[in-house]
Amino acid sequence: MNTAPEARDLNLCLCHSCGNACDMTDHPHECERCGAPLHARKANSLTRTWAYLLASMVFYIPANLLPVMNTSMLGSDSESTIIGGVLEFWEHGAWDIALIIFIASIAVPGIKFVALSLLLITVQRGSLWARKERSKLYRFVELIGYWSMLDVIVVALVAALVKFQALGDIEPRQGILFFGLVVVFTMLSAMSFDPRLIWENRKSEEVMDGVASR
Amino acid sequence: MTRTDHLIICEHCDCVYEKVALAKHQTALCTRCGGVLQRYNGLSVEQRLALSLTAAVLWIFANFYPVMSISLKGLQNSATLWDSVRALSQGPITFMAMVAAIAMIIAPIIQLLLLVWVLSYALAARRSPAFRLCMRWLETLRPWSMLEVCLLGALVSVFKLAGLLDVLPGIGLFALSVLSLLLIRIAGRDVRDLWDTL
Repeated sequence: MNTAPEARDLNLCLCHSCGNACDMTDHPHECERCGAPLHARKANSLTRTWAYLLASMVFYIPANLLPVMNTSMLGSDSESTIIGGVLEFWEHGAWDIALIIFIASIAVPGIKFVALSLLLITVQRGSLWARKERSKLYRFVELIGYWSMLDVIVVALVAALVKFQALGDIEPRQGILFFGLVVVFTMLSAMSFDPRLIWENRKSEEVMDGVASR
Repeated sequence: MTRTDHLIICEHCDCVYEKVALAKHQTALCTRCGGVLQRYNGLSVEQRLALSLTAAVLWIFANFYPVMSISLKGLQNSATLWDSVRALSQGPITFMAMVAAIAMIIAPIIQLLLLVWVLSYALAARRSPAFRLCMRWLETLRPWSMLEVCLLGALVSVFKLAGLLDVLPGIGLFALSVLSLLLIRIAGRDVRDLWDTL
C-alpha cells in the first residue's frame, strides 16, 4: 500500500506543544520554535498509562461504594451514592437526567477502562489488527475524557445551595473525592498513551512484505 | 538545517504530509489513521481578540453573579461558582476543591488572559513578550478547562433540586452557557496558527 512516509524515517520529530516538524539531525532536546521538550515517542508511555489506569480502577471501587452526598431534610438524614442518585431520578420519571448522569459517571469511566486496556494490550502484543479503528478508539477516549467531572460539579453546586441548617442541608462526602480522582487519573492515563505506538510494528510488516515478495 | 515549515506530522501515527491551503469547512485527514491534520481556521486575529474580550467579560458575570438561587419555605439562598468550590473544600475532600477550582474558574480565566495578551500583540503583527511561554501554557491548560461540563452540571443541578424546592437560574448560569461555547471556539487548537503567521 502506498502511504505517506513516517517522521522517524525522515529524521523528523513532532513537537507536541506547537505542532512543528523538528529536524532531528543535530539531536536537539527542545523544539527550536517553542522550546518544549522533544520526544520521538512519549517517555515510558506504556508503563505510565498502565500505572494511571490501574490507580483509577482501584479508586473506582470506593467511588461507587462510598456515599457522595449527605442530605438532611427536616431532621431525617440520608446518604446517597452515585448509582443511588441515578435510581432516584429514574424512579421519579426523569429518565433523561438519569441517563445523562449514568453515562457521564458510570459508563464513561467504564468505557475508558475497557478501551485503554484494549489499546495497551494490543500494542504490547504488537498486533496489526484494526489499527485505524484503534486510532479512532483512542481519539474517542480523549474526547469523552473529562465529562465524568459532571457529578463532582453537581454535588458541589447542590451542596453550596442547600444550606438551611435545621430545615435542610446537603454536604459532600468522601465518595466524591475518589470519584474525582478516577476522572483525573483516567485523563492522565489517556494523555500518557502514545497513539503512534499502534502503528509501530515494522518488524512484523517487513516479515509480511518478505513473504509477499517471495 | 533543512526547512520543515511546510511539513505537517500526524500526531496519531507519525505520517508526514505537506501542508495544504484549506477552503471553508474543509479538514485534512491522515490517510493512514484518519486523524485530523489541519482544520480550516475561520477566525481572523481581530475576531478572535474581540471574542476573547467578550468571554473575559462573561467570565466576570459567570463568577460574580449567582449561578442559581433556591427558596424553601420563605428562606432564600444562592450560590456562585466560587461558593460551590468552597462547599467541596470542607472536610477530607479538600483536594477535589482544588481540581474543581482549576477546572471551572482558574484554567478558563488564565486561558482568556493569555489569549488577550498574545492576540493584542498579534494585532500589530508582533510576537508578545514571553510568546513561547504563553503559547505553551495555552496548550497545557486546554484539557483541564471544563466549563462545558460545568454548564451541564449546573443544568443537572437545576433538575435535581427542582423536585424539592423552587429553583431560579441566575445571571451566572446564562453567562456560563455563552462563555463555555465561546471558549470552545476561541481556545481550540487553531490558536497554533499564530506560530506560522507571526
